[in-house]
Amino acid sequence: MDVLLTPFQFEFFRNGLAAAVLTGGLCGLIGVYIVLRGMSYIGHGLSHAVFGGAVVAFVMQLNFYMGAGVWGFLAALLINQTVRRTQINADAAIGVVTTASFAVGVALVSRYRRFTQSFDAALFGNILGVSAADVWVIGGVTAVVVLVVLFLYRQLLFTTFDAEVAQVYGVPVGWVETWFALILAATIIVSMQILGVTMIAAALVIPAISARLLTDSFHRMIALSTVLGVLTGLIGMYLSFYVDVSSGATIVLVQASVFCLAMLVGRGRRYRLVRAELA
Amino acid sequence: MQPIIELKDVTFGYGRQPILEQINLHLHPGQFAALVGPSGAGKTTLLKLMLQLLPPNHGQVWRRQTPPLRVAYVPQLETVDWNFPVTAEEVVLMGLTRHTTHWPWPRRAERKQARRLLAELGIGDLANRHIRDLSGGQQQRVFLARALIAQPECLVLDEPTTGVDMHSAETIFHLLADLNRQGMAILLTTHDLNMAAAHVPWIVCLNRCVIAQGPPEKVITEPILTQTYQAEMQVIRQDGLIFVHQKPHRHHYLEVVPKPVTGGWPGHDEED
Repeated sequence: MDVLLTPFQFEFFRNGLAAAVLTGGLCGLIGVYIVLRGMSYIGHGLSHAVFGGAVVAFVMQLNFYMGAGVWGFLAALLINQTVRRTQINADAAIGVVTTASFAVGVALVSRYRRFTQSFDAALFGNILGVSAADVWVIGGVTAVVVLVVLFLYRQLLFTTFDAEVAQVYGVPVGWVETWFALILAATIIVSMQILGVTMIAAALVIPAISARLLTDSFHRMIALSTVLGVLTGLIGMYLSFYVDVSSGATIVLVQASVFCLAMLVGRGRRYRLVRAELA
Repeated sequence: MQPIIELKDVTFGYGRQPILEQINLHLHPGQFAALVGPSGAGKTTLLKLMLQLLPPNHGQVWRRQTPPLRVAYVPQLETVDWNFPVTAEEVVLMGLTRHTTHWPWPRRAERKQARRLLAELGIGDLANRHIRDLSGGQQQRVFLARALIAQPECLVLDEPTTGVDMHSAETIFHLLADLNRQGMAILLTTHDLNMAAAHVPWIVCLNRCVIAQGPPEKVITEPILTQTYQAEMQVIRQDGLIFVHQKPHRHHYLEVVPKPVTGGWPGHDEED
């Protein structure tokens, strides 16, 4: 029991744990839609795109979250629309939009060489530097994203499965896609500070694909992926505390281990289903 | 009678080359029609224009607005993502998305309705199966159930019998005829001319433009089909039934006639 309680003496751990659990669950939830839409690299790409927005916000002396948020939202919307309205696949659209956006940031950094803000935290994450105020922001964003997902749950499912057919059945696909772009951008921005742009892709994709290996039902996949995100955030934080390794990296490594386990369990499950079918 | 969907001088193309030219078509309430034509004739594109998923380059697509026309669409099976994690029941419930509240989980009455429909279509025991684990005919019925749960006035199906065995195809056409008798307008595309001739009362022959339309006995003729398919077609009429097939061509094959194998297996001596 002491093992579990000892780290709680430290405020940085309490805040970090809350942030890791919240962002883990959030990425697990949103990750399902990302994986099923074939946009696995959107996390990686958008987190780079947001860098452009962050630099623009700094140059224009705007709030970081405001700049990064609006930029991320527009980039996500642009990717969605490019995929829907052209023959371009999601991976190519992500490649074009996000790298161009990142390049804007790099160009501005090289033009205005008087940056006082460090972008290290954004690149590599700083889970142990999370303040109580940050936890409240993450909690707020998580609550809003969960509410939007619950409110649009069936519309999001149909749109993700087949957007064109959903439109025939009267689903307001345009609105659903806009809301999705908004919650995706919000998820990336709050997770970026915790996990860093380099780890976001893993946090979005691994819980979702692990859940996919374990179930054939969408409802169960959503629940499982969210739970796996929360649990790996929790376990990763404890491990990182005791092993003294970077928290973001530990969380992702725990998720990778869960994925390996899910592969084994998934294969066993498939084998049992085939045997039951033949019996 | 006022049509529910009408196309006036519609032309459409993705690039410079038009896929469809000067299309004039009506779909009336309770009409049962089949679009036939070769691959690349523009059948699916025409359906998408009628469903207003694509805007025409020229001409007009009109759809009844008051009261709004309730349309359901069954896409080609090959366009479905078979790795998507959904069970048969979850697919059927998608058909209620527009009519339902924003409560995320399906209500008991909705699930009961979905199960009843699946049972009526003869696949009630497969509700919890993943869609990939069903046969072609069963998959087609799942997507048909999704359309029917939306209680449409007009049902549009894109090649509902492709990849389906003959018996299942026959069952699907009987089912569609039953629905049509209940007053539902049905428009489908098919490559199965024999099935269309036997079950569908109105045939539209399409190859970039409407070549002919009317009852099968008037439209399914050798000159019209030859013009539609750009190939010599043969039509046989017997006992009130119409059979179509492409005129056979003589081919030259290698004259390899297998001879009976005598003795042991090659390489093995019989004495061994």
